[in-house]
Amino acid sequence: MPSASQLSQVFGLPLYLDLSAFWFVLVGILFVGYAVLDGFDLGAGTLHLLARSDHDRRLILNAIGPIWDGNEVWLVTGGGALFAAFPLVYASLFSGLYLPCMVLLLALIFRAVAIEFRSKEPWKWWRNFWDLSFCLSSTAVGFLLGVILGNLAQGLPLDAQGNIRIGFFELLTPYPVLVGLLTVVLFTMHGANYLILKLEGPLAEQARFWAQNAIIAFIILYAMVTGYTLLYLPHLAAPFRAFPFLNVLPLITLFVIANIPRELNQHRPMFSFLSSCGAIVMLLLLFGVGMFPNLVYAIPPGPLNLTIHNACSTTKTLSIMLLIAFIGMPIVAAYTISIYYIFRGKVKLDSTSY
Amino acid sequence: MDTETLSRIQFAATIAFHYFYPPISIGLGLMLVFMEGLYLKMGEKVWHQMAHFWTRIFGLVFAMGTATGIVMEFQFGTNWATYSRFVGDVFGSALASEGIFAFMLEAGFLSILLFGWNRVSKKTHFFATCMVCLGAHFSAIWIVVANSWMQTPAGFHLEIRGERFPANYPLRVEDIPHARAVIEDFWAMVFNPSSVDRLTHTVLGAWLTGAFLVASVSSYFFLRRRHLEIARRGLRLALPFAAVVSLLQFLSAHSTAKGVAANQPAKLAAMEGVYKTEAAAPLTAIGWVDEKNERTIGLKLPGMLSFLAHGKMESPVKGLKEFPPQDRPKVQPVFQLFHLMVACAFAMAGLAFVGTALLFQDRLFSPNFAPSRWLLLALVPAVLLPHIAGQAGWFVAELGRQPWIVYGLLRTSQGFSEVVSANQVLTSLILFSMVYALLFALFIYLLNRKIHHGPDEDHLPKHDGGIPARANA
Repeated sequence: MPSASQLSQVFGLPLYLDLSAFWFVLVGILFVGYAVLDGFDLGAGTLHLLARSDHDRRLILNAIGPIWDGNEVWLVTGGGALFAAFPLVYASLFSGLYLPCMVLLLALIFRAVAIEFRSKEPWKWWRNFWDLSFCLSSTAVGFLLGVILGNLAQGLPLDAQGNIRIGFFELLTPYPVLVGLLTVVLFTMHGANYLILKLEGPLAEQARFWAQNAIIAFIILYAMVTGYTLLYLPHLAAPFRAFPFLNVLPLITLFVIANIPRELNQHRPMFSFLSSCGAIVMLLLLFGVGMFPNLVYAIPPGPLNLTIHNACSTTKTLSIMLLIAFIGMPIVAAYTISIYYIFRGKVKLDSTSY
Repeated sequence: MDTETLSRIQFAATIAFHYFYPPISIGLGLMLVFMEGLYLKMGEKVWHQMAHFWTRIFGLVFAMGTATGIVMEFQFGTNWATYSRFVGDVFGSALASEGIFAFMLEAGFLSILLFGWNRVSKKTHFFATCMVCLGAHFSAIWIVVANSWMQTPAGFHLEIRGERFPANYPLRVEDIPHARAVIEDFWAMVFNPSSVDRLTHTVLGAWLTGAFLVASVSSYFFLRRRHLEIARRGLRLALPFAAVVSLLQFLSAHSTAKGVAANQPAKLAAMEGVYKTEAAAPLTAIGWVDEKNERTIGLKLPGMLSFLAHGKMESPVKGLKEFPPQDRPKVQPVFQLFHLMVACAFAMAGLAFVGTALLFQDRLFSPNFAPSRWLLLALVPAVLLPHIAGQAGWFVAELGRQPWIVYGLLRTSQGFSEVVSANQVLTSLILFSMVYALLFALFIYLLNRKIHHGPDEDHLPKHDGGIPARANA
């Protein structure tokens, strides 16, 4: 594997500014894209049961109807990019976290078919069953993703081969669970903000109420996670101590988060939604800065960490993939934007609706 | 059972279940392009109704395909970690290309296809349909390229503990955790010796799947005297297309088999149950492999295998005895599944050709002509043929590659995740089996309901020869 210094010599760039760092950022962008996009439709799923009538539930479902599938593809593409750019992380992480990954996959399956099947039959038990599946699986996806992120940050028992040996319940220590809950609340708040945009009348008012409550829960959990990180996970705060200018990032994060309730109160749903998008981007950016250049922390953090240098593919593969990304990403961005544009505006039920 | 066996069962079960859907997406996607294209060109409402009807079925199939496909993408990491570390540098870029070029395209434009009828113009809708169809085909390209690399690896060298070794360096067991295949030539990897043949074969199989689905449902409608105009047009579209494609499929199959003979002789020997290397090797049309005594009994066509594999009756075909027992695939299942696939191919071609002939004679839709009636009756269950052929074909490809996970390089027994216990895999396998069984039952139920509901014919002009279309049930 080419070391950072070898690559720096080749490219004449300072340490870390190499292809593997670039791919750290690109894989990061894919997962941020996933969190921002699928985040709101997972959140809508969590909120789904709070709407009581069948008509309201269908409105929520159809608010995400045309786009949830495309949103989920960001996870698939992120997974593929992780495999290609950092195969050792892909292999170690998913085999080491076997059962949570399997539950995550089952939740994604159930969620997809719940959306697809729910409105196909008028029977009450049928719709209730899929409504419950939709809500639980959406919530579980957010929670499990948070638990996985929390474990990456807290550290996993890596051996010299890069294998992770850990039991299912050992993954559910306080920090990952807190991050899992934070993720659920964050997505719920994000989803509520999205629903305000797409719904009308009393249901939109209800969504505003959900958003206001979710933001309170989010701020409490966010404070807890931040406190825990600063107290017990000093390695995550190290980059911020080393480069003090980075401390502007948590500050911006706080402003963006504080802006969500402000915009909500001023009845500007587009801005509150954009602020909650911004909050997700900032939170994952903070996470990324805390992790860099590591992808998985070992216990204790040290030489066994999986980093962008000891876990990456060869320069050749990374450059081929870079070309693929440069061709593919603008096209994806262009049609994603046009599809959101086509389905803009308040949701209306018609013959093609779920 | 151990982790390896359970992981293999789980992979086979999840991929086989998944593979029910993508061929329909690819094949039906193309049929939708035809229907909407004809609607744009001819302006006849009936094509629009057909496209609308088939889009609803496409949506259901697509949702199942995505849901079960995500599992496949992560399963390399969860269950085959050693394999993933070994092939990541080569295999990962194909998988990532699939995500960015295929899945994004498919899922993005699918929303317009499904929900955009009233939001965009006819032409934009047609464009979206073309993009979904293109995305479905792209997804086949990258995954078949990746799989073909596992069959006939090319364009790489080995790297063990950071040191470079040639591609044909025999890996020792103790090297495996520190070894990986490193890409040397991207295009040689993409166009490895088997990828073009196998891609063609897979895509043609998917086209047959789409054509037979349309033909089956149209025959059903016609026999039940419902949606007659749509049924006729469906058959007129699907049958000649299926006839042409099944002809092409024979050519592609022949080319694929020649490639197998050249690159994976042990697989070819297992497909035909050949143990002894002999000149003028016979082709067994139907038979039984006697694995114990290492021979195959059955109806044999002398010299045909040599002819098909090497173009000459006299050329010798390498038998399984040339390979040490630990390097041989399991012969009986490979042999039988291969013959099952071929039988399905002949059945499909036969139905498609007879149907097309009747169509061109204008007798397919005459109610009193018995052969037409029988053919339409046969076409209804024939929807299963391309699925059986596709599943059997993939089992031949994958079982025939054994005991290798990457042919000649890495054994399946060396590729699984060491850290995952057999109990964990058993748990996930049971969960997947239960969930998939439930989903499949519901899928069939809803598919059946959608077909029974049929196209919305509210605005259909009445030119059905006096036979009134029954109201939607």
